[in-house]
Amino acid sequence: MTDEQCSLFEPGHRACGGCAAALAARAILDAAGPDTIIVSATGCMEVFSTPYPETAWKVPWIHSLFENNSAVASGITAALKKQGRKEKVIALGGDGATFDIGMLCLSGAFERGHDFVYICYDNEAYMNTGIQRSGATPYDASTTTSPAGKCSTGNRRPKKDLPAILAAHGAPYVATATIAYLPDLKKKVRKALDTEGPCYVQVHAPCCTGWGFEGEKTLAIARLAVETGLFVSYEMENGVVTRVKKVVRKPVEEYLKEQRRFRHLFRPKRNDAEIAKIQAIADRNAEKFGIDINLKK
Amino acid sequence: MMEIMEGSHAVAHAVRMCRPEVIAAYPITPQTHIVEALAEMVANCSLDAEYITVESEFSALSACLGASAAGSRVYSATTSQGLALMFEVCFNTAGMRLPVVMSIVNRALGAPLSIWNDQQDSISLRDSGWLQFYAEDNQEATDLHYIAYRVAEDKGVLLPAFVCFDGFILSHTYEPVEMLTQEQVDSYLPPYSPVQRLDSKNPISIGLFASPDYYMEFRYEIDRAMKASSQVIREAGRRFGEMFGRDYSNLVEEYRMDDAECAIVAMGSICGTVKDAIDEMRRDGQKAGLLRIRTFRPFPGDEIKKALAGVSSVAVLDKNISLGAKGAVALEVRDALYGSGIPVLDYIIALGGRDVAKKDIKSVVKMAMAGNGDLFYGLRGEVLG
Repeated sequence: MTDEQCSLFEPGHRACGGCAAALAARAILDAAGPDTIIVSATGCMEVFSTPYPETAWKVPWIHSLFENNSAVASGITAALKKQGRKEKVIALGGDGATFDIGMLCLSGAFERGHDFVYICYDNEAYMNTGIQRSGATPYDASTTTSPAGKCSTGNRRPKKDLPAILAAHGAPYVATATIAYLPDLKKKVRKALDTEGPCYVQVHAPCCTGWGFEGEKTLAIARLAVETGLFVSYEMENGVVTRVKKVVRKPVEEYLKEQRRFRHLFRPKRNDAEIAKIQAIADRNAEKFGIDINLKK
Repeated sequence: MMEIMEGSHAVAHAVRMCRPEVIAAYPITPQTHIVEALAEMVANCSLDAEYITVESEFSALSACLGASAAGSRVYSATTSQGLALMFEVCFNTAGMRLPVVMSIVNRALGAPLSIWNDQQDSISLRDSGWLQFYAEDNQEATDLHYIAYRVAEDKGVLLPAFVCFDGFILSHTYEPVEMLTQEQVDSYLPPYSPVQRLDSKNPISIGLFASPDYYMEFRYEIDRAMKASSQVIREAGRRFGEMFGRDYSNLVEEYRMDDAECAIVAMGSICGTVKDAIDEMRRDGQKAGLLRIRTFRPFPGDEIKKALAGVSSVAVLDKNISLGAKGAVALEVRDALYGSGIPVLDYIIALGGRDVAKKDIKSVVKMAMAGNGDLFYGLRGEVLG
């Protein structure tokens, strides 16, 4: 392979086999190219890709803290502007960094309108610290801080709608994507980079270790999230949804039963009431975004 | 040219002439006059900088960190709660060896809430890896900014720096200040040329995680750079004196210390009052002197030891308290004098803006000569429970 054919995200990093975040990193850099500066938050991605003195990143990369990647990116965009440089800036963070602890910095940076792209690899819990719930954890998922038990069915709250919050900041481009459809993910990253102003791409990134499935099933699980309507892949331009991936919907059960984090909904006995609530979330998503393809009989 | 200026405005003009490319700041009393003045300069094109109006002090320093890593000279200013909110980023900036310069307009920390002056804020960051300079007056507050940039960006240092000056007492006070011209500043402070920066032509990774096999060596190197900075500060201070007539080649200032029996040790604006009190005590035949610490980090232990050799007692005025222990300055002065047998007595004084007059300084000296110290000076018994 020539150097040009190599990914800008090198192999040999320390991610788990079947890690969707690592796959996302490669796709993101494929789309972004070498003139990109990555600002990473603390998290799995940072830890598995940069154990000193090694790095997997072949583009300029900086990690400061857990919660400040948007603020660091603000400073970098300002410096680049002042120096007349043209590199693009991508802030990268997991859902904990993005939805929770870094929310203040993220909101500030979007309100100020810096020209950068924030990409969240959303694996729906704090995986680096051992699978604790975050604001992105879906309803009923069992995590180490929202465990299912005799009087609990797991995480009590639905996932925070962060894309809507960022669109409300006036972000010109907000998109959700998934590692299940890499060409679509790359297209969205490219579009975000080519749009002036603060843009957001939220990448659904199933975590085999945290969700409890075999590493070879990552892509299949990611696809099921889309096909059940529990994850909707869409684009918003200037606050308006302009493109949605439509599906022939499957029951949510097909997605849930594949994962240890939802096992308590099926064992020791099936919890129809809770499964119905999750189905209702998918139904609402379907209605809100119009994702259903109605097959003609 | 000598001008009568408010401390904050003098500092803002000094910062402007240092040509920062990126400024990020968040308003907090009593720092606001500096950042307002800088915003006005940017609005009127007398300062060509990117000014980021961040949503918190935490983001102010984070943005400075990013801009510095991208190769720009940066500036911020804060105080008290704002600095406390920056705590995590402070350690990070030093660890990443980014020469950020920040004004600290010293103010007490809550609770209880106080907007008035002491030095608890910057002192509490003494372990963070930032150089710390303390100004006695507004002339020093301005001059130390030029020096701070020059030292921080020195290839043998590469550490961030606080320029500390007392809130309200200096920041909001009009004093005569000799401002340098832009040409003079340019001749003293070269443009920032980073050793490395985020650059797609030469991609590097900054801020990796270090296993136990590597972490300690990083910390050692920061400490080594901090210690080596003493000599860089001396040289930068001497050069400043040669060029502009105000010498900063020492990390401490000795005032009437030659035959002093009781030495007061202090930092910041209180030293003006101390000097006046010493003059009066000297007229009355009392051999008192002042050792003013201008550079608290790196800590000038050797200079302090040398300057205090031969005194019979040392009275440290601490505008801070390490609760459950003593004032930070006294603890370190005591460490510097370890084995000398010279008694070092600590006086926690002027916390939260409590005024200090010459009579208080005389009273401290009297107590120190009698061996009475290690106490909060001037407590109001009637408000204690």
